[in-house]
Amino acid sequence: MVQEQMVAVRDGMFNVKLRTAGSGDPLLYLHGAGGLRGWEPFLAELAKRFRVYAPAHPGFETSTGIEHLDDIIDLVVFYNDFLDTLGLASTHVVGHSLGGMLAAELAALSPHRVRKLVLVSAVGLWLDAHPVADFFAMTPEELARALWFNPDSEVARAMMALPEDEQAQLEAFLLRNQHLATAGKFLWPIPDKGLKKRIHRIKAPTLILWGQADGIVPPVYAQEFQRRIAGSQVVVMPHCGHLPMYEAPEAFVQLVSDFLSG
Amino acid sequence: MKACWFHLMPYPYLPDDFKQKYRSVWVDVPSTLYDPEKGHWVYNEYLDELEFADQVGFDGICVNEHHANAYGLMPSPNLMAAALARRTSQAALIVLGNSLALYNPPIRVAEEFAMLDVMSGGRLVAGFPVGSSMDTNFAYGQTPATLREKYQEAHDLILQAWTRPEPFAFNGKYTQLRYVNLWPRPLQKPHPPIWIPGGGSIETWDWVLERNYMYSYLSYFGFKHGRRVMQGFWEAADRKGVDRNPYRAGFLQLVAISDTDAKAEAEYAAHADYFYNRCLHVFEGFADAPGYRTQATLRRGFRPQVGARAMRIREGLTWKDFVEQGYIIGGSPATVRDRLKEVVREMNIGHLMVLCHFGNMPKERTLQNTELFAKYVLPELHTLWQEWEDHWWPQPLARRAQPGAAIEAKAERA
Repeated sequence: MVQEQMVAVRDGMFNVKLRTAGSGDPLLYLHGAGGLRGWEPFLAELAKRFRVYAPAHPGFETSTGIEHLDDIIDLVVFYNDFLDTLGLASTHVVGHSLGGMLAAELAALSPHRVRKLVLVSAVGLWLDAHPVADFFAMTPEELARALWFNPDSEVARAMMALPEDEQAQLEAFLLRNQHLATAGKFLWPIPDKGLKKRIHRIKAPTLILWGQADGIVPPVYAQEFQRRIAGSQVVVMPHCGHLPMYEAPEAFVQLVSDFLSG
Repeated sequence: MKACWFHLMPYPYLPDDFKQKYRSVWVDVPSTLYDPEKGHWVYNEYLDELEFADQVGFDGICVNEHHANAYGLMPSPNLMAAALARRTSQAALIVLGNSLALYNPPIRVAEEFAMLDVMSGGRLVAGFPVGSSMDTNFAYGQTPATLREKYQEAHDLILQAWTRPEPFAFNGKYTQLRYVNLWPRPLQKPHPPIWIPGGGSIETWDWVLERNYMYSYLSYFGFKHGRRVMQGFWEAADRKGVDRNPYRAGFLQLVAISDTDAKAEAEYAAHADYFYNRCLHVFEGFADAPGYRTQATLRRGFRPQVGARAMRIREGLTWKDFVEQGYIIGGSPATVRDRLKEVVREMNIGHLMVLCHFGNMPKERTLQNTELFAKYVLPELHTLWQEWEDHWWPQPLARRAQPGAAIEAKAERA
């Protein structure tokens, strides 16, 4: 069963919502700008083979302390403190989108903490010829088209649906606004914050996963990450957009588990 | 009360199918739509109109700052104010204002405002807006979540630069200066009056009241909507035990005067349509970046005045609707005068900012509108609020330099 708790870091300067489950090697999952909606099915599957730690970053859900963080380096320092608090000397790290950028930074700046690294549809690099989409300025319809290989699929419609109740709609809007405002501290206006100066220091074996139809971070970035991380491997997943762990959860879990266990 | 003539300086040559063809008048509006040769005439006519407002007796003239847009052609309002400082003689120069977080380092604002204050002999009003989300977050790349903190820090730096007599070091989060030493210093003491333009952010009210600044609510929805906001402002004043001096507040209103009520529609309806449907046609995604407004302000129901929601509210409104719902106060001089008096009384407004030009209004119509206002409305407005003192108005030198005097003196000697 998943355990949900608030973890105090640096004497309560940060209070972070943490979901944990499973046993086995530790796996830290770092979510993207959309946040987690709860104990996601793909996390439950991973928890069958790993001890999964899925925190909500400061500024997401009820996690506090975002006012103490100004940029991605501050966030890496925070995660070092967080892992110290949990007593985790090292762990596998899986990061998606914003979380992928964070995972890559953590692996570059604190290589001793990262056993194996999985980057999923990660931001953090920039190619003039292939700009990362400005998802901060997208309407919900544009966002749906960019996020999903099939925006009409059951999972896509369920995730993009608005609650019926007006008050719940307002709360959903406010939560999304809070999450994107937080993400903006690390990504605005262009998600290129110096990772290219540090990425060569990644020593962990690295798997790079990308959806074939990613409309947020074009798949060409998979090659760019691979080019910059020695010995890394790329798998481009068919019939997936920016969210392969939701659009093809079984394949995603299989690929991640095999890579981390191998 | 005081009445100030505000120019937004829109680009008046957007195509008729602009709204259908382009998603936004701001941020990504193609600059190929701008013709600099036409722009030359536009700037000069607009400046003429502001100068005319000074000549016919408006208390102040206002300019403001916007970027990457066809809504308002003043990326640098200080350039406009500089031009006006030399060609006007009486009106307060109201720069509404400089978006503080966009200046690097923001000491630039302290310097340029001091220059304007000295050049104009102390006629400057210093406006400190946060700036719209389109301008600050999208056109100038500022992080939405930290924009207001950066603005506050810039404000603190400018105030210190204006008032501290010795050079000092400023160690801010966003600006570090080893030596802050302002040359020139502003003429008005301790500094020019500070006006804070707001679009309806609840934190702004307390901040303005605590510092004894002037709050000016720039609404495009007219007074019916503005009433709700100003009520919030005055309630905040009551909570803080601050008096209800109407000069603490300003309000923006579109005005359209003709000989008769019926003629107003014929003379102004097309320009109102241009304003609401082209100048305010802003893509939803640019209207309100996540983090630009605080969660508390959003929870209170404040939403941007542009973007899809605002456009839906305005969709299909006719001239009659615009007038009835108070977006525009239009009609004969008597109609406009009576309505305006009622509005400023009800909202308790000491500084009225009027848009006698909006949309693609040609200069003849603009001058007519301005002249009728000055002749029939202004004298009546001046009789209001005589029991209150305006602490937020510039204090110019009694004796001021006459532009061109040195050249005239030389000619006389010859």
